[in-house]
Amino acid sequence: MASFWSYWIIILTTIMIVGTTWVLFANRKTDDSTTERTTGHVYDGIEEYDNPLPAWWFYMFVITIVWAIAYLVVYPGMGNYPGLIGWTQQGQYEAEVEAAEERYGEMRSRYLAMPVAEIAQDPAVRKMGMRLFGNNCAQCHGADAKGRYGFPNLTDDQWQWGSTPDAIKETLVNGRRAVMPGWESVLGSKGIAEATEYVLSLNGRETDPGKTAAGAKHYATYCSACHGQDAKGQEIFGAPNLTNGIWLYGGSREQISHTLRAGRNGVMPAFKDSLTEDKIHILSAYVYSLSN
Amino acid sequence: MSELNAALEHPTYNYKVVRQFAIMTVVWGIVGMLVGVWIAAQLAFPALNFDLPWTSYGRLRPLHTNAVIFAFGGSALFASSLYVVQRTSQVRLISDKLAAFMFWGWQLVIVAAAITLPLGLTSTKEYAELEWPIDILITVVWVSYAILFFGTIMKRKVEHIYVANWFFGAFIITVAILHLINSASIPVTMTKSYSAYAGTVDAMVQWWYGHNAVGFFLTAGFLGMMYYFVPKQAERPIYSYRLSIVHFWALVAVYIWAGPHHLHYTALPDWAQSLGMVMSIILLAPSWGGMINGIMTLSGAWHKLRTDPILRFMVVSLSFYGMSTFEGPMMSIKTVNALSHYTDWTIGHVHSGALGWVAMISIGTLYHLIPVLYGRSRMYSVDLINVHFWMSTIGTVLYITSMWVNGILQGLMWRAYNEDGTLTYTFVESVAASYPGYLVRLAGGAIFLGGMLIMAYNVYMTVRKDRAWDSAEEPLAAGAAQGGQA
Ligand code: HEC
Ligand code: HEC
Ligand code: HEM
Ligand code: HEM
Repeated sequence: MASFWSYWIIILTTIMIVGTTWVLFANRKTDDSTTERTTGHVYDGIEEYDNPLPAWWFYMFVITIVWAIAYLVVYPGMGNYPGLIGWTQQGQYEAEVEAAEERYGEMRSRYLAMPVAEIAQDPAVRKMGMRLFGNNCAQCHGADAKGRYGFPNLTDDQWQWGSTPDAIKETLVNGRRAVMPGWESVLGSKGIAEATEYVLSLNGRETDPGKTAAGAKHYATYCSACHGQDAKGQEIFGAPNLTNGIWLYGGSREQISHTLRAGRNGVMPAFKDSLTEDKIHILSAYVYSLSN
Repeated sequence: MSELNAALEHPTYNYKVVRQFAIMTVVWGIVGMLVGVWIAAQLAFPALNFDLPWTSYGRLRPLHTNAVIFAFGGSALFASSLYVVQRTSQVRLISDKLAAFMFWGWQLVIVAAAITLPLGLTSTKEYAELEWPIDILITVVWVSYAILFFGTIMKRKVEHIYVANWFFGAFIITVAILHLINSASIPVTMTKSYSAYAGTVDAMVQWWYGHNAVGFFLTAGFLGMMYYFVPKQAERPIYSYRLSIVHFWALVAVYIWAGPHHLHYTALPDWAQSLGMVMSIILLAPSWGGMINGIMTLSGAWHKLRTDPILRFMVVSLSFYGMSTFEGPMMSIKTVNALSHYTDWTIGHVHSGALGWVAMISIGTLYHLIPVLYGRSRMYSVDLINVHFWMSTIGTVLYITSMWVNGILQGLMWRAYNEDGTLTYTFVESVAASYPGYLVRLAGGAIFLGGMLIMAYNVYMTVRKDRAWDSAEEPLAAGAAQGGQA
């Protein structure tokens, strides 16, 4: 802060505190000879006594003022003056983080040095992971990690982005952005209906044979690059397996044709800026343990 | 007694505008608290959002705050200040036309708010959500109010200006400044504008406004009300003139500084947070000065409390005022605020001021005022006032105790952690734990609202034409002589 503004604050604050104190003392009255006597003013029948300020109230007022001055000497407040003990909220935060690091850092870095698959067997890690999951992930994936519409189930064997410890960790660190384009403009409504029939047929559902055959052609042309020839998905694109009856966005004919028409873009947020590496490591082990 | 006689001889005051605002206080009180009960119910039973945007919590909450503060509280303040300024200056309002404009203008503001807020049109600044065209209307109405009030003071027939009018005056001037500065914005369309400030400065301006809305709208104005109606109802002189001087000047000077206590541990610089905190501590004494002056005015009239439920409303409201202004300075201490902030504790504090102080002093005032305005010797049923008194008190106590319990519970659950350094509870567990408190708060709010409905009935019976129930020979001799029927 420029020193002009610093002085501005100091001067205003001082005027304020001195002025308040002055008003208090100037109106003090210690002799109570006029107690229960009125000032002589009458307003619509209301009179006013000239009673002194209650002593306990007067002293309470003085104490708060003294306390305020003392606080402003010890803590920052008077412009750029940092206060006797040099307290800052940033400093308080850093001290608390440091204290926590000291207490838990050693244990966590021990786990960090061990492979995910190995610590996933450790009950203490799983417990820690479950608690971290509760406050960072459950709002989307559910407290039981079973997911819901739009948010994948993390306890099954279906993985869009990979089930290996490294893939899971990558998912948490950098997040994932799925790109499933919309096909309305390419296929038209007829083409969408045909492709939908084909996707349904992959899951053993009853479908119209003519449309299914046409849909298979669309699939080979437009879809297999991402979802694979066999439609079992490709982790590199986050394209899911379309044959196992597990649906992120619902498996009804309407829902699937909506997916095809409008596309889908699921986002798993990146946690590298909000969670430390050791916590992500522990969370990865927890997620891994859910299906292993 | 010469001044009192002058009052008796005085031809007529403008009671029409006072009556209008007094009746609308009851109406808007019921509307605003009904919405309050509704949102309280939504927090316990989210299905009551009805999956409609217009009835969702986020839109009804500002509707509640605007309706209770500006429609209910505002009407109560306008009714009482326009009455008090005439009675204590012993002149009629300077302009009946301006008074009528002010009344209808304010109703228009309220209706505009009731339409735009559910539509989701909002400036997003708490207690200043209304969009810029309505802000301009507010400004025009407020200026006419200021002209009316200060114009009348200037023409007064009494040498001094009574304390109540100092408080009303401070309320009028400060709210005008707050509104103009905080609502400054750049309009983009008729229904959308952007704040003139950015980032931390915007937050500081907003809470400078927000806290002084509390200090001058919900405190100074109602202290003005207290300074007239408590001595009137108790028929006792004000306890200490000196005390009123000291606490008035200290209150208006110190309140302006306290806003940063709403922004502890944020991007606001440390120095500003500290100043807000120390000024909030100093604020304890000036606040209690008002409570002491009110309660001590009753000394010598304590026996009246046994028979007069109106006086009880006033005493209890002063007690809640004392309580919330003790709690406020506590909560502004950073260490305490670190626990209370973002929790229901704040909500409890708000309503200990809002229900206990603001609503109860207004209710007491109306019960005193309405018979006078309509030339009756008393309210239709004193027993019903008594019932209302108990419902208000019980409702308020249920509301604030449940919120204290919830607030402390939430604060402690959020900061509890395990030996491994992880948090003990997830956020949603603290929500689940708050459920019983939400039910109790809902019950408290519903009881308080029930009291307001009883009041509406009592007021209706008092003001309607049939006055056979009123045993007084003349319809309030004094009231009529004072020019009751304008
Ligand atoms: C560019 C790569 C790409 C192409 C091409 C592509 N998809 Fe996808 N598809 C994805 C991705 C990635 C997802 C996952 C979307 C998400 O998670 O939000 C997906 C999701 C889906 C889903 C939803 C699965 C569920 O669980 O709900 C269906 C159905 C689907 N694709 C079918 C098709 C069909 C049919 C085509 C061809 C017409 C096609 N996709 C072409 C990448 C692709
Ligand atoms: C804001 C909501 C959100 C939060 C919070 C969130 N996720 Fe996700 N997560 C998603 C979505 C959406 C996807 C699916 C992305 C896609 O469509 O491909 C996903 C995908 C995943 C996947 C990949 C699943 C697969 O099949 O490959 C894993 C693993 C995962 N999340 C773990 C976590 C963990 C652990 C956390 C907590 C640290 C977390 N998520 C927090 C929304 C979220
Ligand atoms: C029947 C009576 C009332 C009920 C049931 C009620 C209920 C509520 C509820 C549920 C909230 C939201 C709390 C939250 O977000 O967690 C709220 C907020 C609020 N109410 Fe009320 N209320 C009532 C009366 C009043 C009155 C009379 C006033 C003012 C004079 C008032 C002023 C406020 C304010 C200022 C807030 C916002 C608080 C904040 O943002 O911290 N309420 N009320
Ligand atoms: C000395 C007097 C007072 C002080 C120092 C004070 C202090 C505080 C503090 C510290 C908060 C919490 C801020 C936060 O953590 O977010 C708060 C909130 C609040 N107080 Fe007070 N308070 C006082 C009196 C009152 C009175 C009398 C009323 C009502 C009539 C009132 C109404 C409110 C409201 C409405 C809020 C909520 C603001 C919001 O977050 O929306 N306060 N007050």
